[in-house]
Formats: sequence, C-alpha cells, structure tokens
Amino acid sequence: MRAWRALIVLMGLLIVWQAVVWLTGAQHWVLPEPAAVASAWIESRELILGHALWTATEILAGLVCGSLLGGASALSMAYFRPARRWLLPVLVISQAVPVFALAPILVLWLGYGLASKVAMATLIIYFPVTSAFYDGLRRTEPGWLDLARTMDASRWATLRYVRIPGALPALASGLRVAAAVAPIGAVVGEWVGSSAGLGYLMLHANARMQADVMFAALVTLAALAIALFFTVDALLRRVLPWQPESAPAND
Amino acid sequence: MGVHTPQPPLSVSLHSGRVVFGGEALFEDLDMTLVGGRWTCLLGPSGVGKSTLLRLILGLDTGVGNGADAGNGGLVTCSDGGEISGRAAYMAQRDLLFPWLSVLDNVTLGSRLRGERDGRGHLREQALSLLEGVGIAANAEDRPDTLSGGMRQRAALARTLMEDRPVVLMDEPFSGLDAITRLRLQNLAARLLKGRTVLLVTHDPLEALRLGHRIHVLAGRPARLDVPLEPEGAPPREVDDPALLKLQGVLLKRLAEAAR
Repeated sequence: MRAWRALIVLMGLLIVWQAVVWLTGAQHWVLPEPAAVASAWIESRELILGHALWTATEILAGLVCGSLLGGASALSMAYFRPARRWLLPVLVISQAVPVFALAPILVLWLGYGLASKVAMATLIIYFPVTSAFYDGLRRTEPGWLDLARTMDASRWATLRYVRIPGALPALASGLRVAAAVAPIGAVVGEWVGSSAGLGYLMLHANARMQADVMFAALVTLAALAIALFFTVDALLRRVLPWQPESAPAND
Repeated sequence: MGVHTPQPPLSVSLHSGRVVFGGEALFEDLDMTLVGGRWTCLLGPSGVGKSTLLRLILGLDTGVGNGADAGNGGLVTCSDGGEISGRAAYMAQRDLLFPWLSVLDNVTLGSRLRGERDGRGHLREQALSLLEGVGIAANAEDRPDTLSGGMRQRAALARTLMEDRPVVLMDEPFSGLDAITRLRLQNLAARLLKGRTVLLVTHDPLEALRLGHRIHVLAGRPARLDVPLEPEGAPPREVDDPALLKLQGVLLKRLAEAAR
C-alpha cells in the first residue's frame, strides 16, 4: 500500500509538471518536459551517477562526522557541568549563524574538494543531533533515576545504563532530521565552489542552458535524499525496536 | 526459593522527619519505626505526603524543583547502628522496567548498575529462579512491552527481590492492577518478602489489612501518624476473614476522618 501511494504521488507530480509545460508553453531551456529530462538522464547517466556518487560521499561523511560530534557534545553536556556552560552558547551560535553564509569561508579555508562540503554538512546537522540527544538525556524518566539511585548506581553507570539508552529515541529523531538536511549542506557547498558533485553539475548545466541535464541532476539529488532518509529511518527502527511508535499503526 | 541468605530482621527508624512543600510543612518532627521483619502499611488521603515520607526514608529527592528541599530531611537509623543506604530496595506503582532490556536483564539490572560481574552465571541463575517464583519464567527473554500489567509488576517484584535487601519500601505497587491480579500479587509478595522489613504505601484499606502487621494512617497538616492498627494472624490474610472485615470498618472511619 505504501509503495502504491508513493507511486501515485509520483505520477501526480509528473502529470502536474507536464500540464504546466503545456499550459504555459514554457521553452525547453526554461522548463523541459519530463520525457526530455528522462532522455537526458539516460543519455548522460554515467556523468550524473559519477557526480551523484561524489555528492553521496560528501553527505555520508558529513552525516557520520556531524552525528559523532553532536553525540559527543550532547554527552559531555549531560555529564559535565562546565561543558554545559561552555558548549550551550556554541550550540546556539552554530545555529544562529546562517550556514549558507559560512559556505564561501569554508571553501576558502578547506578548498574545492571534499573537506569543505563535509564541513558544511557537519555544521548543518550538528545542531539537530546535539539538541535532540541532549534533550533526551535531560528528560530521563525520573522513576528510572530513583530506581538506579536505590541500586547504588554511580553517576557513570546511571548515564551508561539508564540515561543513554533512554535517550536513544530522542537521538533517533535528531538523526532523522540530520538525514533530511545533510544533502542541503553538501549541495550548498558545491554551489559555492567545487569541481564535482550534483550541485556542481547543476551549475555547470545551467550555465550552458542545458535545462534537461540540470533537471536530471536535480531529480537524482531528490532521489538520493529520499533514499538516504528512508534508509536511516529503517535502520533506526531496526536498532530501536522497543521505542514507542509516535503514531498508531492504523492511523 | 533457597537463593537468599537469611538475614536478621532490621528495624528502621526515622527521627524528626521534616518536609516542606510550597512554604508549608507536609510533616514536621515526625517519628516512624519500621519494625524488623514486619510489614508496616501507610494509608492516608491523597497529597498528605505518604510517598514523600517513603522517599525521605529511602534518601530520594523529596523536593520539587531546585532548592525546594533545603530544609527537608530527617535522621534515618537502623537497629544495628548502620545506615539504610545500600540496604533498602524500592518498588514503585509503575513497574519502571526498562523497555530496551529483556525481562531477565531487567531483573539483573542492579548488579549491572553496580558493575558486578556475573562470573559463572550465578546472577542469571538466581534471576531465573526468581522469575520462576513470580510465575513468569517463560517470559524471561521477552521485552517488557509484550507483557500484561500484572506480569510486568511481577517482573518488577522479581527485580526487587533480586536486590536481596533486608528492607523493602513499596509505593502503591499493586494499585494499577485489576482486583484479582492484585490479590494474587499481594499473596505472592507476602510469601516472597517474608522475614524482611517492609514499608507499604497504599490507598487500599483491604490491601493494608491483608498484608500489614502495623497499619498507620497519616493525616493532617503538618501530618501525624496515629496509633497503628495491628490485625491478628499472619499475612496474607483471607479477604473474607470476619475480623479483617470488621477492622476494615474501623480503618475506613479513620481514613474518612483523616480526609476531613
């Protein structure tokens, strides 16, 4: 049923797209037809997939770095009082400064290669991961803490066996958000300065009025982002089978 | 069950217990003794501070928010001169089972939290025999969310027993259960906790009369303990015991007065 629904939504979007082209009479270099995009994709699939692989690498590396950094920050904030005082402002600043504004600086510092894009993706997911996990660590069920206390658990044991596992569902929500926004970071990085990746390919095609290639790259990027999100979601469900479902199954 | 080392009954006394809540004293200068090897039951109107009193004896936070419990405290002593810390087990109204652990791992939680090694699988063996004792050995590997409320509370009881502590403090442990399950668990608890010093906070007069050696009503503000009722016969007493039903009338009158 789920697959059918996804397919129907996809068909609907394609029909709307085609209808817009027909109704507005848009030129093929402004808005190409779906069929034109499809044939452009097939024609330059090797080029597109090569760039997609590059972008995927950036996204995954950013996801890993951002998650590790965010997880470590949240843990130290939950465990060490000074860390809380010093890291909380950093966390807020990391969100207050628009990441897009940092992109040129990151490219300047880290170059046109992989590093600047990974840094962008890391920066963009650092906040959702850290704040979700930290929130989870702070909101441990008080009854569990009472129980741990009567069992003479040390602070460390309480963190390890009670607070961290208890906060994993919250961390999972953070990671889902991260999986959804990580591609943004990577592509913005590519737009600012790069020599490979789907963002680079889009700019390149745009400059040469190859709207069909640009759209083919865009569709690929969307597919990549969606696949990433659902993979992460499925993995998290698998790792945390005990976490309460937010919505009932028959909703 | 043969897994416990017999321990001499340990009496626990609270002297000058005091808890302030929202600028008003819940109780002040309160003394209470849990007689060694006996069940002490505590009844009283909602909000009078029964749970708070239990938490005070157990050394858990009694305040709400930061600094609210600045003046809270009391001296808790044991009959052998030692401290209560490390010698009392706690069981709450909610089972407090960890959803990510199997029932068996929940039962052995305490040893894991204390960093004890299960060298030859003794802990596992003991936990399994306790689960056998509470009647859910078949569910040892299941996750708690697959169990019914009664079974979960049985698992919580096994976890409490696993701590093997001379003192057990229970805060309305059976109040979330249906009547029949509750009676069964009362029987089970009376049997398995025999010889230990127990404080049972409850709002069910019948439960107190079935299980308690001494039954206190906590009432007033600041709250005071009345002269305890001491039902005859060994717990768990039968629900249709005429003496028990007569006492239930007395106890209900006391509670009604306390609620005024």
